[in-house]
Formats: sequence, C-alpha cells, structure tokens
Amino acid sequence: MDLELPESVLHAMEARIQRYPQKRSAVLPLLHLIQEHKGYISQKAMQWIAQRLDMQPIEVQELVTFYPMLHQKPCGHVHVRVCRTLSCALQGSAQVLKTLEKALNCPAGSTHPTGSVSLEFFECLANCHGAPVVMVNEVLHADVTPERLQALVEEIKKEIKMKG
Amino acid sequence: MKLLLQHLNTPGYGPNINDYLHHGGYETLKKAIALGPQGVVEAVVASQLRGRGGAGFPTGRKWQLLDKKSGKPVYLICNADESEPGTFKDRQIIYKDPHQLLEGMLITAYAIGAKQAFIYIRGEMYEGARLLERAIEEARAHGFLGDAIAGSDYCCDFVVHRGAGSYICGEETGLIESLEGKRPYPRIKPPYFPAVLGLYYCPTIVNNVETLCHVKHVIALGAEAFKAIGTPNNTGTRIWSVSGTVQRPGYHEFACGEITLGQLLYDVCGGPRPGRTFRAIIPGGSSSKVLKVGERYRGKLPNGTPFDWDFTDIPLDFDSLTACGTMSGSAAVIAMDDSVDLVEALANLNTFYAHESCGQCTPCREGSEWMHKITQRMLQGKARSQDADLLLSISKNISGRTICAHGEACAWPTESFVEKFKEDFLNKAKG
Ligand SMILES: Cc1cc2nc3c(=O)[nH]c(=O)nc-3n(C[C@H](O)[C@H](O)[C@H](O)COP(=O)(O)O)c2cc1C
Ligand code: SF4
Ligand code: FES
Repeated sequence: MDLELPESVLHAMEARIQRYPQKRSAVLPLLHLIQEHKGYISQKAMQWIAQRLDMQPIEVQELVTFYPMLHQKPCGHVHVRVCRTLSCALQGSAQVLKTLEKALNCPAGSTHPTGSVSLEFFECLANCHGAPVVMVNEVLHADVTPERLQALVEEIKKEIKMKG
Repeated sequence: MKLLLQHLNTPGYGPNINDYLHHGGYETLKKAIALGPQGVVEAVVASQLRGRGGAGFPTGRKWQLLDKKSGKPVYLICNADESEPGTFKDRQIIYKDPHQLLEGMLITAYAIGAKQAFIYIRGEMYEGARLLERAIEEARAHGFLGDAIAGSDYCCDFVVHRGAGSYICGEETGLIESLEGKRPYPRIKPPYFPAVLGLYYCPTIVNNVETLCHVKHVIALGAEAFKAIGTPNNTGTRIWSVSGTVQRPGYHEFACGEITLGQLLYDVCGGPRPGRTFRAIIPGGSSSKVLKVGERYRGKLPNGTPFDWDFTDIPLDFDSLTACGTMSGSAAVIAMDDSVDLVEALANLNTFYAHESCGQCTPCREGSEWMHKITQRMLQGKARSQDADLLLSISKNISGRTICAHGEACAWPTESFVEKFKEDFLNKAKG
C-alpha cells in the first residue's frame, strides 16, 4: 500500500513512532501528519496506519470518528473556526458566525462546493479574554469586533485566492 | 505577588532559552539535583502546594502515592489540554515562557524517578506545540535534557503529544487512554489511579502546567518561603483568567487570598460595562457552580473562622470558594451582567457538555443531552413551567453516578443556574 507521501513526511512518521515506548501511541501524531499533507484521512490512510502500528483498521477509524479535529472528507483550503462557547458568545460570536456565513457564502458546518473554504463553530479555544475568537487555519485572531471582522474577511478572501 | 508571570510580559522577553537563562533559568534544576529526589518530594509536601488543574489535590501527597514497588517505569505527564471553558492561563506559559514549564517538569520527573515525560497539549495550540518542541531541542543542546542532565547521572526525555479537539482528554485517565492511542474513555478509579496504574498501566503522575511551574518555585524559594506566600493550605499564587462582560478581561497572578473576587472584578478588571451591573459570576471555570450577585455566604472556614460574605468579599483561594458552595476549579472567572439572558448562558454551556461527554456512562451521556435539548427548546419560545424542576431533577441524577468528574462538571452548571435563578427559567415559560 502506498499513500504517496513525500519522503520527508514518511521520515517524520518513523521518527514519531520511535519516540514512544509503545508504537500505538503514535497513532494520533500519524493521523495529524497525514491530515496535514492530504487534507483529510482516507480509508486507505487508516489501513496504512493500522498496518504500520499493528492495529486493526477499526481501531484507527474509531479515533477518526471521535476527535473533532480529524476529518474523513477534505476540508476547505482555508479552514475558519469561530469559537461558540460562553465567553465568546457573550461578546457576540453568533453574529460573527452569521456574518462569515454570508461573506464567505458558506453555511456553518460545511465546506464550500469549490473546496475553497470550510466554516465551523468550535468549542472554547482557550483565549477567552480575547473574545470573540476566530481561528483561520492555524492562526488565532482575537477581539474580532465588527470592524476587525471586515478586515479579517478580506484577509480570508485573499488567502482563499492564494491557495485556490 | 508574581512568581510564574514574573518575566514573560517584560518587553523583549522571548520564549527562547537565552532569555530564560539570563533570568536564572535552570539554576533551580541544579539545586534540585543537589537536594536529591527525596529532598524535592519532601520540599513539595512541606510547601502544601495544591494542584492547579481543577481539583486542588495536594501535589506532594499525589507524588507520595506513586507505586514504587512495582518495578515498572514511572512516567510524568504534563496536562496542557487546557479546555475548561473560560481558562487561558496555561497558554500564557506555553507560548511565552516554555522553559519555565520544562524546568518544572524536569524537577518533577527527577523527584519521581521518571525517565520519560509527555506534554499532552490541546490540538488547537499548533504554535504552542512547535514552541515546546523548539524549547526541548534548546534544552537538550544545553545539556538539560537527554543523558547526564546538568552533569549528573540522571537522564530523561520529553515528548510533545498533540490532542485533537476533545475536552475529555483533559481528564487525566481519558488523557492517558488518548496517549495510548485509544479513544479517551476515562478509566474507573479504583483501581486505575494513575499513580498506581497509569500510562501503559505503569505508575504515572499527571500534573497541570501551572502546578509544574510552581514546583520550580517551591524549590527555588525553599518550602518555608513558598509557604509564606498565600495562606495556610492555600499556598503560592494562582493565575486567574477573567472573561465575559467585564471592561478589561485578562489574566492576573496573585498570591492565594491576596485579593477578593470583588477586587479582581472591579479594581483589576474595571467592573461591568458602563450602565450595567453584575448578576452572575462563574468563579472557577464553566464547571464550577455559579455565584448569584446579592446572595450571602455564611459558615465556617476549615480552620474554624466564621465568615459572612457578599460575592465581592470572597478571598481568591481554594478553601474560601469551596466554603461558598462552589470551587476555585481552574481559576477561570466568567462574569455576566444584567443584560445577559441566563437561560441562554446555561444553554450555551449545556451544548458544550453534551458535545464533550465521551458517552460511556448513561447518566452523563443522556443527561447532558437532555439538559442541552431542554434549554435549547426554552430559547425557542417553547418553555414549560415544569422545565426548571425537570432540569434540576436531571442534573441531580447525574452527579456521583459516573465514571469520571465530567458527570459533576455537566450537572453543576444546570443545578446552580436553575436553583439560584429559578425566576429566569420560570419567566421563560410565561413568554
Ligand atoms: C472533564 C474534565 C476535564 C479536565 N480538563 C483538564 C484540563 O484541561 N487541564 C488540566 O490540567 N486538568 C484538567 N482536568 C483535571 C485532571 O483530571 C487532573 O485532575 C489534573 O490534570 C491534575 O493536575 P494537578 O494535580 O496539577 O491539578 C479535567 C478534569 C475533568 C473531570
Ligand atoms: S462521566 Fe461522562 S465523560 Fe466521564 S466517563 Fe462517563 S460518559 Fe464519559
Ligand atoms: S470561550 Fe471562546 S476562547 Fe474560550
């Protein structure tokens, strides 16, 4: 089975496995690495990991279905997460989400048909003093007030064009 | 009084080892090695340090519970999952002063005899994980990690392990399952106390980021000097995360009992927004019972002192908040003013807990889902007069009947919101 991953990623995976007293512990790091490079976790990827770590494919799949950060379908090139939890809700995160749905033409919890962007409501991102909080891919944006939201929308659109 | 946040907000101070070394970094590790493992454990026991992850369990006592007779390897796990809503204190250390955490972990690992330690960091802290990896490389290059640490015969290595967006991975036995490559289903205690049957069923110590940093300061100052900070049984400092409807949300470190909840909310964080008054305060993360502005707290502290307090009078420490029927938990204060719909606030939290229940125990899985559905329905104009009592009955049937404390965590918000603000819930039914 070949996942067509670059040599460097395969190397990183092997190094990861070596770090743990028991190789099964490397399953989350491997899933993260594959998702980073493929955008999602395919059935084939789960089988590949299972084989490499002496697990049953179902034991890998039950992790993929459990953890909110792991996806079985490609996510948009730009992944936007809006914090939903109390401190952000108190500062208007529901409105932030609505505005983003409109501006990006992408309902919450979905990926735009072109694959350009995904929009998600997410649980507390541990930055509650900067509510409302929005994450764009790996970058956290705090204090996303209505004025700052406009600037952020432009930034997201630029990123979509760049990656698209 | 600042210990943990002493340097990290100084202009020019960065998360690199040179800045840390420049401020006496890793000197305490050498002191710990000179003391010997037993000396470190004794100092931490004597310091009366309590865990900062939520339960406030005495750290030294936890270490003494380690099963040393099994002959199995001992592991240390740093709980950096930080996912209790309202909490953002560990993030500050991870992002701005990672070496402080590494030094605290090294001293702890040395004291408990662990040759390998793990940092379980929540998956959304991408940059935090990278900063920790870099810090580990730097520490290794300087001889503080790996073989012959600081010239001694002690060797130890650290692994950064990223979670994947699940709150229950913060519960220590759920965390251990996750680290073993399984679904994070918490284990039943007994028999699975981590100190006896932890990671790979080996003796394991799980401590919070802030706790591990405190260990460094216990050794740096000495147990007696450390104990002098704060009050008896509430020693050292705590970092309070403040969010919600206050003028200046933020994080602040104070000695335990140094200030009151009122001083934190009004003097430090500027009070409510103009024209508003506070109505409800969550004092220790979303799982702690809410405080109602206007209620009075009367009773006796563990040391026998009687108290009669308004919410503003409550000293910020472990025992005082417990005495008021709530807890200091993760020290995350969420303020809500009189513009907030408290049914909506509870509904928001109930959605969180229903989403995060791992599903193993029926009372938690079903109860959290019912409380979520009922409070959501109440917001849609379909509230019934019996909903308040129904919510109370569900919440009271969860606590004490589950494998892990997520049961209490999801029940206490509903129990306290409905009991203390019953009229808000009844009014929803009147339309
Ligand atoms: C549902 C749940 C979530 C928790 N989340 C965290 C967390 O994110 N971080 C943390 O340090 N402790 C968390 N805890 C507490 C841990 O189980 C454990 O008590 C703590 O890490 C011990 O560290 P300490 O002794 O240093 O406080 C959680 C507990 C429960 C029941
Ligand atoms: S109490 Fe809830 S979260 Fe904890 S083990 Fe049971 S179902 Fe899972
Ligand atoms: S509630 Fe949004 S970051 Fe915590």
